[in-house]
Amino acid sequence: MNTPGSLTYVYAVTHRTGPLGEALAGLHGIGQTPLRLLPLTAETEPAPSTSLASLAFVASDVPEQDFNETALKNHFEDLDWLEHVARTHHDVVQAVAARAPVLPLRMATVYQDDHRARQALAAQQDVFSQRLDQLRAHTEYGVKIYLTPEATQPPAAAPAPAASPGKAYLQARRAQRHSRDAVYQQAEQAAETLETIASRHATQRVRHAPQRGELTGPEENVVNDAYLIPDDQARPFQAAIADAAQHYPDLRIEVTGPWAPYSFAMPAAGPTDAPEPPP
Amino acid sequence: MTVSQHGEPLPGRQVALVDLLDRLLSGGVVLTGDIVLSIADIDLVRISLRALIVSVSSEIGPAREQEGGRDEP
Repeated sequence: MNTPGSLTYVYAVTHRTGPLGEALAGLHGIGQTPLRLLPLTAETEPAPSTSLASLAFVASDVPEQDFNETALKNHFEDLDWLEHVARTHHDVVQAVAARAPVLPLRMATVYQDDHRARQALAAQQDVFSQRLDQLRAHTEYGVKIYLTPEATQPPAAAPAPAASPGKAYLQARRAQRHSRDAVYQQAEQAAETLETIASRHATQRVRHAPQRGELTGPEENVVNDAYLIPDDQARPFQAAIADAAQHYPDLRIEVTGPWAPYSFAMPAAGPTDAPEPPP
Repeated sequence: MTVSQHGEPLPGRQVALVDLLDRLLSGGVVLTGDIVLSIADIDLVRISLRALIVSVSSEIGPAREQEGGRDEP
């Protein structure tokens, strides 16, 4: 199946369905190569009826020269390359998610060929199948809290009458510290409140580290959580967060999503959370 | 109040790269592929990415971190 000099890049695990196959036929993966379903069973057979047997990777060929270990290491330092691969990976996952249950894979999961990829799929088929079932009709949303730049700025220094310059400076510093403390305190309260509200709707939460750095803009991100929300709870969840956000004028509260369940692809308890044997 | 909601994904609306990388580099199923960046390499990438753009550190102790918010019905 692979063209010479290429590797098999896998994007997601899904269940093979007719509509999905048709949709993928019109889409492309990294480097404009065609996408394909890589099922456990041979592709010529009709889509199997049992859910386990219908497991498949969504895959495409990628050039070996770009995805061998050395190249990958270098590419990961290249923001433009990283963004292209990340966005393409995400587009594929979203396209699948719109049509079938999806378990996104970590970016840059690559096999020597389709045969090796199939082996990996087969080795984990029970875990994948179970997790796909658990994630059915669930969607991931992000909840982020930012301190607005204005809120963390010192207030306009009110001239302190009859104070010496040194004293005025100290007063200004104290006022600045108080205002920062107040904003952080507000953020802490907001984080607690939003967490309580979200937990009424969510089945699981993952806490990502607050975002820092050049791409994040002038606001300080203090909370960066992901929640797994049952689809029938999506609207009430969003409404409740928006409602609560009104009480925090110095914060920006952002809901991102809907996302494919990236942050919840594997069960929280990890390997110890062994799947029960099938009946 | 400032609430921004992205709502339904629309064609042409790009998600923020930082949010995407949070999910693609610390989320998703981790399989041992044939081409494997060693843990040390990934960590280096994480460190340089962190300096450059983003916080990809939520993988450290995901089970522990998830426990707090876990509320299985």
